[in-house]
This record gives sequence, C-alpha cells and structure tokens, in this order.
Amino acid sequence: MAEKIDIALAGNPNCGKTTLFNELTGSNGYVGNWPGVTVEKKEAVWKKDDSVLFTDLPGIYSLSPYSPEEVVSRDFIISGRPSAIIDLVDVTNIERNLYLTTQVLETGRPVVVGLNMCDLLAQRGEKIDAKRLSKILGVPVVEVSALRSKNLDELVKTAVDSGRANKVAQGVKCFSPEVEKALGTIANTIADSCAPDLLRWYSIKAFERDSAAIEPLHLSKQQLEDMEKVIEPIERDRDDDSESIITSERYEWIATVMGACVVKAPGKLTVSEKIDRVVTNRVLGLPIFIVIMIGVYWVALVAVGTPATNWVNDNLFSDGFFVNGDGQAAYEEADEAWQDAHYTDQISGFIAAAEEAGVNTDGVQDAIGADPQTADDEATIAAFEEDAEKAGVVATNVPITNSDGNFVDTEGNVITKLDADGNPVPAAGQEVDVLPTVTAADFKTAVDTPEPDQHDYDGFVDSIPNAVTGWLTEADASDVVISLVVDGIIGGVGSVLGFIPQIFVLFVMLCFLEDCGYMSRVAFVMDRVFRRFGLSGKSFIPMIVSSGCGVPGVLATKTIENERDRRMTAMLTTMIPCSAKLPIIALVMGVLAGGSNMWWVAPMFYLMGIAAIIISAVMLKKTKRFAGEPVPFVMELPDYHMPAIKSWALHVWERVAAYIKKAGTIIFAAAVGIWALSNFGLAGWEGGDGSFGFLQAMDGAPDTYMDYSILAGIGGALSFIFMPLGFGNWQATASTISALIAKENLVSTFGVLYGLGDATENSVSMWQGFASMFTVAGTLHVGAMCAFVAFNMLCAPCFAAMGTIRRQMDDPKWFWFAIGYECGFGWVIGLLINQFYELFVFGNFGFWTVVAFVLLALMIWQLFRPMPKWDEKDEHILDNLAEEPVA
Amino acid sequence: MASLKDVRVGEACTVSKLGGTGAIKRRIMDMGITKGTHIYVRKVAPLGDPIEVTVRGYELSLRKDEASCVEVTDVAKAEKGVA
Repeated sequence: MAEKIDIALAGNPNCGKTTLFNELTGSNGYVGNWPGVTVEKKEAVWKKDDSVLFTDLPGIYSLSPYSPEEVVSRDFIISGRPSAIIDLVDVTNIERNLYLTTQVLETGRPVVVGLNMCDLLAQRGEKIDAKRLSKILGVPVVEVSALRSKNLDELVKTAVDSGRANKVAQGVKCFSPEVEKALGTIANTIADSCAPDLLRWYSIKAFERDSAAIEPLHLSKQQLEDMEKVIEPIERDRDDDSESIITSERYEWIATVMGACVVKAPGKLTVSEKIDRVVTNRVLGLPIFIVIMIGVYWVALVAVGTPATNWVNDNLFSDGFFVNGDGQAAYEEADEAWQDAHYTDQISGFIAAAEEAGVNTDGVQDAIGADPQTADDEATIAAFEEDAEKAGVVATNVPITNSDGNFVDTEGNVITKLDADGNPVPAAGQEVDVLPTVTAADFKTAVDTPEPDQHDYDGFVDSIPNAVTGWLTEADASDVVISLVVDGIIGGVGSVLGFIPQIFVLFVMLCFLEDCGYMSRVAFVMDRVFRRFGLSGKSFIPMIVSSGCGVPGVLATKTIENERDRRMTAMLTTMIPCSAKLPIIALVMGVLAGGSNMWWVAPMFYLMGIAAIIISAVMLKKTKRFAGEPVPFVMELPDYHMPAIKSWALHVWERVAAYIKKAGTIIFAAAVGIWALSNFGLAGWEGGDGSFGFLQAMDGAPDTYMDYSILAGIGGALSFIFMPLGFGNWQATASTISALIAKENLVSTFGVLYGLGDATENSVSMWQGFASMFTVAGTLHVGAMCAFVAFNMLCAPCFAAMGTIRRQMDDPKWFWFAIGYECGFGWVIGLLINQFYELFVFGNFGFWTVVAFVLLALMIWQLFRPMPKWDEKDEHILDNLAEEPVA
Repeated sequence: MASLKDVRVGEACTVSKLGGTGAIKRRIMDMGITKGTHIYVRKVAPLGDPIEVTVRGYELSLRKDEASCVEVTDVAKAEKGVA
C-alpha cells in the first residue's frame, strides 16, 4: 500500500469546494466540528485510493486572524502541515479567489490550483490562460469542473505528486519594491527562529503585526524592535497601517495578473442578476421572503414533515398500522359502531344502579376490564348478572361520555364542570345526554361485545413496542426486561427516529435555499430587524422551524455564518413553543376557559416565546460571553444557480446523519436514565415491604406506583426550588423532569401521578386534577399555574433538542451555559408571574416579593443600559510589535 | 469627503481611503474593497439597510455603518451592472 498522504482543500465559500469534496470522497467520511468552535470539519479518503485523505477546510476569503473559520484553516495548514493543498478557484470570480490563493502560496506547502467552473466562463465569452497563470503562480494549475466531475483525477494526482515530491510553493512576489525590501529585512531577522518553509509566511505576518500568527516563534524583544524599525517608516510614508498595505498590494498585483491571463467580455445582465432584481426588490423583497418562509413552514411542518413524523410515532411506535385498506375500513367501521353503542357507559351505569339497589358489585368492574379474564373473573360477572337480574335492576338516564371520557350534552358539547363525586354539572341551557334505560340484557350484551381489536383485521402490522412486547413475553422475559426494552430503549430510540422524517423534509428545503443562493438574500432582507436584538438575519429561519420542532430548529442554525449569532440563536430558538408543548397549552386553556373558545390563549404563548427571545438576546448581547469586536456583515451574495441533485442530496444526508449519530446517543442515554428513575423505588405503599426494586412488578403495587419511585423522591427533594414559583409540590417537579424526555409527557405524567389513567389534555377530569394542584384554600391560584406553565415553556427543552444543542455547540461549557441560562430565565419569569400575582391579587408581600422586584429591576437595567465597553484593544493585530513582548 | 454610505443606488464611485479598524476594516479589504477600487451601488435592502454593491465583478452586501468607513470620490451615475 502506498504511503498515506493528506491533502487539504482550500477555497472561497461558494467556489464549488463542497461539490469537489463530495465527488472525490462520495461523502463517506467523518463530519464533526473543529475543536472549540462551531465550525464544521469534514474528513474522508479518496474513493479511488484510500491512502489519500482529504480534509475539507471551511470556505474562507482570507487567512486573517479574525473569524473562527479563518483561524482553524490557517492553524491547520501551519501546524497540521498537510502534505499538499488543493486551492479551488472559482474562475467566474477570479479576482477575489486569487486573493486567497496568494496567501495559501505563502504557507510553505505544495499547492495545486484547480480552476473550477471554466465552462461557465466560456459561456460568458471569457477565457483564461491556465499555462500562463501556472507560470506566474509557480505551481501547477488544472482546469476542472467539480459539478461534471471533469479532470478531477488529474487534479488529485498532481496534488499527490507534488506532495510526495514535497514541491513547496514559493509564494509570489506580489508586493511593491519597498515592501519586499522590508520583508527581506524581517526575514533575515527571524531566519533562525523558524523553519525555512515558513520564512515567507512569518515575515509577512510579522509585517502585519499579527500577534497570534507569530506567537509560536517566541521572538526576542531585540528582534521585534528591529522589525518595527522597518515597518514603521513604510506606514508613515503610505499613511496607512501595515495590514492594509499588504492587502491592497495583493489586490493590485492580482489586477496585473488578470490583465495578463484573462480575456474579459463586456458585462451584461445575467440571469442571476435578473432573478435578484425581483426577489430582493425594495417593494417585493419582503412579501416574497414571507411567502417563501410560509412555504418552508407549511411543507416542513404542516403538509409533509409533521404528518410523516406523526405517522412514525403513532404507527411504528404506538398503535401499529394497516397495510390493507379494506382491513382498515372494516376495523374503523366496527370501532365506530362499538363507540356509538356506548357499551362502557352502559356497563358503568348498570353497575352503579345495581349498587344502589343493594346488589353486591365488588370486583365486577375489574373483572370485566381484566385481560385475559380468569375463571374467577367470569364467575364474578356471572354471579353479578344473576343477582342483578333477580333484583330486577334497570339503570335509567345513564350519562354518555365521549372518547376523551368527558360527559356531553344533547348537542354533543362537552360539559366542563364536575361535582365532587365526578358527576356532570351541566351549564345553563345544557342537558346531559343520556341513555334512557339499561337493562340486565343490555348489560350482558355490553359485557359480551369486546372492543374491536386491530389484530383481528387483515393487513394489520403491529407497532414495534407491541410486537417486541409480544416476542419478549413469549420468550418468558421478566417484567423488568420488557419494560426496559419497550419503555426505555424503544421509547428512547423512537424519540430520535420519530424526528427523522421531519428533519429530512426540512433539510431538503433548507439545503436547496442554501445551495441555490437564496439563504444569503434572507440575511440581506432581514438583517435590519434582527441586528437590533443582536441576532443575525438568518436567525429567523431557525425560529420559524422551532415553532414546529426545536430539533431541526437548532440544526438550522448551521446556515448562520457568524459564530456568536449561531450560538445565541441555538440557545434561544427553543423558547418558541414547539408542537409538543401544545398539549400543555390546551390543558391551561381547559382549566382557564373550560374548553370554550378563548382563541387568544394560544397566541399568548407564542408571543411570550418571542418576547423571551428578544429580551434574552438583548440582555445576553451585553454580557462578556457574547461581547467582543463588532462582527462585520460584509457578505458575498453569490449568483443564483440550480443546485446539482447529487450534491443537494449529499448535503441533506450529511445533516441528517450527523443528527442521528450525535444527538441519538445522548437522547438514548437520557431516556433510559429517566425510565429507570421513574420505574424503580421503594415499596412504601400500604402492605408493601419497603424493599427496593422494579415497582410495577412488586406485590400490591398500586396504579400510582410512580409515587414511590426514585423520580418522586428527586421531585420531592428538588421541589423547594419551585416553592417561590408557587408549585413546590413533588408532583409538579416530577412532571417537569419527565417532560424532559418529551414535553407532551408533562400531561401524561400528570395522568399517572393523579391516577387519572388515560385522561388526555382534553379531559375535564384532567383539567380538574391540574387545577387542584394549584388550588389554595378553595381558590384556583392562576399565578402559580401560569408560573408553572411559563417555566415549562422556557426552561431546558426536551432531550432530543438538548442533544442537538450539544452537537451544535460542540463544547460542554457552551452547552451547559445554554441549558443553565434557559432554566434560569424560565425560573425568573415564573417567579415574577407568581409573586406579582400574589401581591396584586392576594396582597401577599414577603421575602420572595422583594427578590422578584430586585430581579425585575436587574433585568430592566440589563435591557436598557448602554452597551458596555469591553477591552477594545485589538488582540490580533498589535499597534507596535516592540511594545509588547510576544508570549 | 463622501463615504460609500452616501452614494445613491445606480451610482458608481472609486475608493479613496479606508477608515475603521480591526476586523471590520480587514474584512472589507479582504473582500476586495481597497484603495482605487471601482464600486457600483446596486440596491438597498427592503428595510433600508444593508446595501448591495458590485465590486471586482461580484455582488457584496454591507451595512451602512460599514459603508461609512469607506471614503469615496468620483461619484457619478453609471450604467447598470458595469463596475
């Protein structure tokens, strides 16, 4: 096998570098981040020879010390010393592309220049003299087309040969005689301190006074002073700083190269310019932008993405599904008929009537519900039927319930009030819908008519959890194993996999917008709005997406080019209520408004999310973490073009695969962890032996076994944190913790903790249970309830989203900062709501009221104080080399 | 002295001097706006900021704040697209 060789791919953004990388490697490599920054790092071997390893550097315009992309690129070249560098140049934009080339040539590595998109240039009627360019640059120049896979082998082979022969690029003498003379003097001064390969690089960096670049040389004070003596006179002479002199002279030199090698055609309006005149038009720009955003939202979250994700969740991971349309229709018909007969209402109504008539009803309801029924159960039912018949029991006016378990009136509307015994209390003008009579014969029919079972119909495919439960039961697995596999592992994996269809659909669209060039126009159009809050124009897209799901929302921050904005957006975007938080909103609406149409409640939560993001962004912008030099918004608006299907597909796959790999592991671990916490504990119930174990399987475990779990213990231990927010009971805390798996779990956990069984957010019994948690001395404490909801909306998102934030930040410190901030902010908002409600409605004033006022004052101060001035000294470029001994 | 910020849409100009410091100045220059460069102001964003210019044959967007660091001369009406 040939000796290993590593080749770095360098080039401007939009020069076709990603397409080249994908063509060369087939995208089977490693995708991660450069250490410590959110900049993506990709590595893969050549598909024709796996001894050639490619590293795709981020797309950059220069090797300046300012942006993280540029810093990782230059560090990789200078310290990593790849065997060779392929510098890809977009010839349709050759002036600016060659600017980076002049810098890459100075890094003392073998370099091969690839001229990309020559076909487009030919279409414009322009021509480039590659041979002549090669002579001027002093390195091989190969004309390629990354898109059409033309000449790519030759490009790589040339690079491999140059690398093997170590034909180091010498750099071009692109500066004026005075500057070249100064560089010569500097080279003499530092010649002993650095490798000969890098002498030119370090001489120029020293001339620019780039402190970070020359730091590894550990130059003496004497050397620095000597260099300063040659730089300063040139600066005085030109009335400009040394860094600008270098930049200007590079471009001046490139202009002469252009004259020698490129034949230009007269400019005319290209198709791209015509498109751009419409889509970023002063009048039409915003409407077009809004239409495109609505389109993305609609497709990703309404039309395709969410239904696909729901399909996966409901069918694969919950109920199972039909592959046979007839079977499905037959089942649905039978199920509807069964529902319409109200058998369950008949049964419970008849039993209640029998009890009133003095018939023994002990254990009857349980016997009917038992699955499978034992001989004892059957005997209990038979005995009851006989007794009831003897006593001549006939139930009258049995109230009807709907599928949420709610009583309904004759119009089919839900009755939203229940008395203490759970009986319906109709509002004025409502009449409870009832079954007039239920006889013993009716009861018998009801008991003997089972609910239609999907398994009995053709073409039914069981859901994964049900199927696995079946296999494990057959294999005689213990309850712990079944629960771990089904609830813990499949539940955890399911929460990861369920998002994939949605993420996939979203990225199909986002990658298109990005690859075709519209994404940078989004920033152009929206910049003015978002800059006020310290965010980027591109922050808008993640926020829109997050209203459906935070996971793709956080992933969508990838398109934001500035690192600080990227981090800020990833932190804040999950504060927008996602679709999993809707059941919580529905629950609150039910409690406050009894399900009547209070349409403004739901939009309030979205407004709260938007307000939270704006307030947080303004506050955070003024903290040291997000402070620093102002970030330039000098951005290229690339030409529009139709992305190639292949690179578009690879782009999408890359993003989805990255999510599965990185986010998957953390979500999985966390889901299993929470499963263990809520299923293990001490058997402390009446008759329990107090031993530790798997609760469900223990003797006499009640339905509300979760009360005795470790989770309940933790909830109790942590509940003091939420005392000032008004919901310091362990149930609220435990629900909050279990909501971390998925926010909709908040509602189902309530159901379990209060023994409400299958009640949903639309069930009146659930509303009452929820309200009772916040009822103090008979009055519903709206403040505490709102505080609870606000906290759950704003605090750390579900594990899936946290895993994604973790992956996006790729830095534990930033990850914990993000999660900590979200929880802290949610807590403060909850505190403010609860304390001010208590103060203004109940007139309570105490220690926490004071804390609330102090926190509110601090927030207002942070919001409105002027931008603090941090150390403005430029750390990258020194004013005077000699002034400060480097290192 | 006029700055790039004051140049109206449809006008072209020549860069005479670059102000500003640090990252912003370097970035502006890295993108090809150096002394003597010819710039054509193509359009303004719908909300009035940033602006889009043609420089060295490609489209560049920059905020008005940043454009104010670029001093220009020879401001004149220019043909569309030619820079």
